[in-house]
Amino acid sequence: MEPVHIVQGTAVPLDRSDVDTDQIIPSDWLKRVERTGFDKGLFSEWRDDPEFVMNRDEHLGASILIGGPNFGTGSSREHAVWAIQQYGFAAVVSSRFGPIFKNNCTKNGLVAVEVTPEIGDQLMAAVQADPTLELTIDVERRTLEAPAIGVDVSFELSDAVQHRFLNGLDDIGLTMQHDDAIGSFETTRPGFKPATA
Amino acid sequence: MRTLSQKVWDDHLVRREDGQPDLLYVDLHLVHEVTSPQAFDGLRQNGRGVRRPDLTVATEDHNVPTENIDQPIADEISAKQVEVLRANAAEFGITHYPMGHANQGIVHVIGPEMGLTQPGMTIVCGDSHTSTHGAFGALAFGIGTSEVEHVLATQTLPQPPQETMAITVDGTLPEGSTAKDVVLAILAECDTGGGIGAIAEFRGSVIEALSMEGRMTVCNMSIEFGAKAGMIAPDDTTFAYLDGRAHAPTGADWEAALDYWRTLRTDDGATFDREVVLDGAAITPHITWGTNPGQVIRLADNVPTPDHFDDPVARDAAARALAYMGLTAGTPMREVAVDTVFIGSCTNSRIEDLRAAAAVAEGRRVADGMRTLVVPGSGQVKAQAEAEGLHKIFIDAGFDWREPGCSMCLAMNPDKLSEGERSASTSNRNFEGRQGRGGRTHLVSPAVAAATAIAGTFASPADLA
Ligand code: SF4
Repeated sequence: MEPVHIVQGTAVPLDRSDVDTDQIIPSDWLKRVERTGFDKGLFSEWRDDPEFVMNRDEHLGASILIGGPNFGTGSSREHAVWAIQQYGFAAVVSSRFGPIFKNNCTKNGLVAVEVTPEIGDQLMAAVQADPTLELTIDVERRTLEAPAIGVDVSFELSDAVQHRFLNGLDDIGLTMQHDDAIGSFETTRPGFKPATA
Repeated sequence: MRTLSQKVWDDHLVRREDGQPDLLYVDLHLVHEVTSPQAFDGLRQNGRGVRRPDLTVATEDHNVPTENIDQPIADEISAKQVEVLRANAAEFGITHYPMGHANQGIVHVIGPEMGLTQPGMTIVCGDSHTSTHGAFGALAFGIGTSEVEHVLATQTLPQPPQETMAITVDGTLPEGSTAKDVVLAILAECDTGGGIGAIAEFRGSVIEALSMEGRMTVCNMSIEFGAKAGMIAPDDTTFAYLDGRAHAPTGADWEAALDYWRTLRTDDGATFDREVVLDGAAITPHITWGTNPGQVIRLADNVPTPDHFDDPVARDAAARALAYMGLTAGTPMREVAVDTVFIGSCTNSRIEDLRAAAAVAEGRRVADGMRTLVVPGSGQVKAQAEAEGLHKIFIDAGFDWREPGCSMCLAMNPDKLSEGERSASTSNRNFEGRQGRGGRTHLVSPAVAAATAIAGTFASPADLA
């Protein structure tokens, strides 16, 4: 993945709770065998409505998606993360994320910023009132700032994930450095464990 | 003193370092066509192989049609995804069960029935309902495609620590209530977020009294309240289920396994980070009314009004859900007319589910105009159901008897709801569009689904004359 340090820009306010992964990328899109081309699938059922928030001119070019609580619940489809990224978002803000979605974000460098419900509401209202509002998400400092409305909060990001974000590191390569430990663990596995072959 | 999940976790610890997630070994990796193609591509791009093809198994389930399976898959993109899986399995030496094979089926149905799912294992799959396998006291959870690639390459996964959660269901269930009603009642209690960050352990006399099929139904829906995984301590019911299955240990291995499996219980006095307690006696048949599985009530209730919710977020969500579902607040659920009944999915497509539905269908007729699909979870379930004559009961009653697959659980194969069509489904997700664009899904047990097919409106077996 590409390194991520700072995400700066305007936001789209998606004012709904419980936006699940079936909404983010409807299942028809999951038939693709490629890892690209999911941008058109993002919220495709809602985007047919010209009034859908992402279709409004004032939000074109936004790099941050602000969702209601429980964003990304549901399935394990990583396609949801790919779709959000490929559409052009670099960060998602919510007061609560579906856990598999959030974990998938960490594998792709999409910054999932979890804020308190109060801050979530405040950001949503502020961006709805002023679509030009600038937000800055700093991965190194683990902060989200919107100076125009006096918001400056920190968010949780584990040291391990932060390190991978800042350096654009592939998890698999890191784990493979511990090949010896994996090999010696394998020698301790009980013989009664099943094999598939 | 440790909980069940902590014991299984500790037994798979490859490496622990301060400030880093634990590196856990994976005993079994289940693969299907939807979430794996990009992972295999990643391996090829990086010149990596599959570390343990012998701990990996693949099947095709999401895209497969449930009729005319001797024909090629008509949808070209679905066909391609299935072909790509077959090619990847062949290239990397992975055992694979294709459409039409006796062992093919929904990935979470075939693992247990082949005896591959055993107590104390770590099991992953690029599918959120991997939690199903926790019914055996395995630590089983869904992963994304990047993690699928990670497991293929290393047979391990880095995992940050989780909290522990006990969900205790005491007492005994009333007559007519099933495992599905138990988990829907748990969802009513925990909503869609109550389990986030935790591994749930289901305990108590109601859980202990459930069959393995029932326990799988409960664990299956753990992800719907956000839990990382759901687990149930293995006991004699578990061991009896496993005994004699194709991949279960035999002889001295069986004895050694049993000795180990019996240690897989939460120690007396171990504490959980979160506790939820339900009274089993109060769990009557449940049904979802909205567009997430936490929007659930008793079948005997009326459609709720948004004003009932104090929380403004829940109130907005309820109003939006009612509009999507085409429901009017205050309507008794039993008066709502249904277009389609779907009995299937990794939640409720096992032999016991089909028996429960057949018991309701026997000697009755499906309501006029009702579309029905009965979809066994696997080739083995189908064969057993047919050996027991269940298919005849369904067919005689006017139900449509199908080939195994995910079917109408999600709209990736020909079985779909159309715009505005209302279903009673035994699956696990009632999200907008989940079963087809504009489709309206109500989650229920197999018994309620079958009774609804007969009555034409939502009904429990007790409502049928
Ligand atoms: S039956 Fe439904 S929930 Fe289960 S694996 Fe298939 S699509 Fe997923």
